[in-house]
Amino acid sequence: MLHELPVRAFRVALVGNPNCGKTALFNALTGSRQKVANYPGVTVERKEGSFVTPAGRHIMAIDLPGTYSLRARSPDEAVARDVILGKAKSVERPDLMVCVADATNLRLMLRLVLELSGVGIPMILALNMSDIAEHRGIRIDVAGLARELGIPVVNAVAVTHDGTSALLGAIDGMLDTIGPAQASHWSEQSADEVRDAHHAADSMVARFVSSSAGATDWTSRIDALLLHPAAGIAILLAVLFLVFQAVFSWASLPMDLISGSFDALAAAVRSVLPDGMLSSLIADGIITGVGSVLVFLPQIMILFFFIILLEDFGYMARAAFLMDRIVGGVGLHGRSFIPLLSSFACAIPGIMATRVIENRRQRLATIMVAPLMTCSARIPVYTLIIAAFVPQQKMAGFVDLQGLVMFSLYAAGIVSAFVVAFVFRRWVWRGKSEPFIMELPGYKRPMLRSVLMGVLQRAFIFLRRAGTIILSMMIVIWFLSTFPGAPEGASDPAINYSLAGMLGHALQPLLAPIGFNWQIAVALIPGFAAREVAVGALATVYAIGGDADSLGAVIAAQWPLATALSLLAWYVFAPQCVSTLGVVKRETNSWRWPVLMFAYMLALAYAASFIVYQLARYLGG
Amino acid sequence: MTTANVVKLGHGRKGLSGTVVAVGAAAGSPGSSDIQFDVELERRLLEIGLVEGAHVEILHEGFIGRDPIAIRVDSMRVALRRREADAVLVQIDGGAGMRRQGGRDVA
Repeated sequence: MLHELPVRAFRVALVGNPNCGKTALFNALTGSRQKVANYPGVTVERKEGSFVTPAGRHIMAIDLPGTYSLRARSPDEAVARDVILGKAKSVERPDLMVCVADATNLRLMLRLVLELSGVGIPMILALNMSDIAEHRGIRIDVAGLARELGIPVVNAVAVTHDGTSALLGAIDGMLDTIGPAQASHWSEQSADEVRDAHHAADSMVARFVSSSAGATDWTSRIDALLLHPAAGIAILLAVLFLVFQAVFSWASLPMDLISGSFDALAAAVRSVLPDGMLSSLIADGIITGVGSVLVFLPQIMILFFFIILLEDFGYMARAAFLMDRIVGGVGLHGRSFIPLLSSFACAIPGIMATRVIENRRQRLATIMVAPLMTCSARIPVYTLIIAAFVPQQKMAGFVDLQGLVMFSLYAAGIVSAFVVAFVFRRWVWRGKSEPFIMELPGYKRPMLRSVLMGVLQRAFIFLRRAGTIILSMMIVIWFLSTFPGAPEGASDPAINYSLAGMLGHALQPLLAPIGFNWQIAVALIPGFAAREVAVGALATVYAIGGDADSLGAVIAAQWPLATALSLLAWYVFAPQCVSTLGVVKRETNSWRWPVLMFAYMLALAYAASFIVYQLARYLGG
Repeated sequence: MTTANVVKLGHGRKGLSGTVVAVGAAAGSPGSSDIQFDVELERRLLEIGLVEGAHVEILHEGFIGRDPIAIRVDSMRVALRRREADAVLVQIDGGAGMRRQGGRDVA
């Protein structure tokens, strides 16, 4: 290259407690010049960005996961520790640490700063949200604190235009004189050392921080309502109701657009390319397959918009508080509630959202039950069968029978998730429990820009999955459904002669006790791509082009009621979604969990369908 | 530390306010047989600011079995389960806190 050699960028790490506004400060420093990836081997998000200081230095900033101490107890905190100590694979040790403290709650961060002073990397303490602190009448003697700690201390405001100028100046000042990082002499603090550090921090707070009471304590006022035993629950339910309304109603238009454009794209490919394997691979395998998963992108984005908005506002910790007793009863964490809720849209964002659960066992238990929540991909299957078999009538004058069946399917998913979670916690990880201790951060007005950035990052992560693991799964399923092709003069649909068809026929005797005919057995194979694909596959097997209404008429005429009910029961439990299994593999970094998930869900599905089918037959179905 | 004014935080009711006098083993373990859990719990309580000398106040109680509880620890708010809160001994402030401190039975 003819350009001059690039100057090595200085590496600056942002360290701080959870809820200190670290990510907002990171966004303010780096703007949109950031990228999100994973640390190798773990599923902790790695956020890096770049910026240029007033003196013209190029800085690589890294936003470390929030932590209360270097004694790592979650994968996130382990990453923060390893990067700081220079033990992280593929991440260079930072040259400088910016310790981000919530200026309204300094004490915990001062304790961490004292612990960090042993790691051998120069530090700056940034008092974030200093505007809010000032507003609340909290005065901090910045110069005194800097003298006491022996490091630069600056005020910072992430939300205003020049709120980071003092911090940028301090970074330049430090880098002027910086030497190489020194070896760490950090070691894990004992309980007594933690106590001592607390007392030192307390003494600093007493000397350098003064607060004049009198400012309105909004957090207490809002909490009085949102954590109220009755009103709090009512509000939580109302919030959930609104979020679900939004997820399903706002998403329907973009979802139609996405599926429409993928259909059009597939049709265009078919018309341009000559009939053959290539055309089939691209149109039926790749475009249709990936389209069937990408169609959930709008729901995922809307869901994460609300999750991130509520998280930034400070409500998610309150929701976890309110739900802890309910989900805690089966051994999950209050924070498991949000991932489980997300799984009603799609298990993939639900499983991605389990990252907020610190404890590994509770996180795994949440991941394992998330696919039991009724995701929206089950809805096309449910509506097809319900519309074909359940009469449209009212029970007791006002309860819609079809709606009641739909509701029971949702309820069956929820109840089984709780039972399975309980079994996991009780027998698989017997006796191991984990403390539930969680900060309830002060309420903050969410910043739209920061929320949207978070949503885009989630969307990007999902798209990357769709482009890699999901795409490859789709090609495998296409291969199974296509090869070998139909022989000359074949009368049945081509899928019948394929590997999937053979597999379906071979499996049919096994599925006879649960009432599935060979058409269902064959359709279930491509249905592993995504649950709703089974509807299209059934139409293919029955050689009906197009709409679900005519398919409904055919199955209503050909299936006994017992078979229809059995298939509904199957869909409550069956692991009919390779994308979910792929994401579980990715998130747990092991094949063990997706295999276990596949096995237990398949066993539950078979058992449930068997009971439903035999019972329905006995009762005269 | 068994004076009438010293109680386990996990036994307190909404409104209780006082000063932490012992955390973890020194407070008497909650009686679980899991020593690892107790050691971890003590560190976690300390790290989130529940340290001897901290001022605490019970702000909210959960709606089922009044569990978990939300407390104020000096300048921050923390949620925890009563079982975990039992590892914290609190010297009740004189006055109002005393009367409202109820007698939840030891489970």
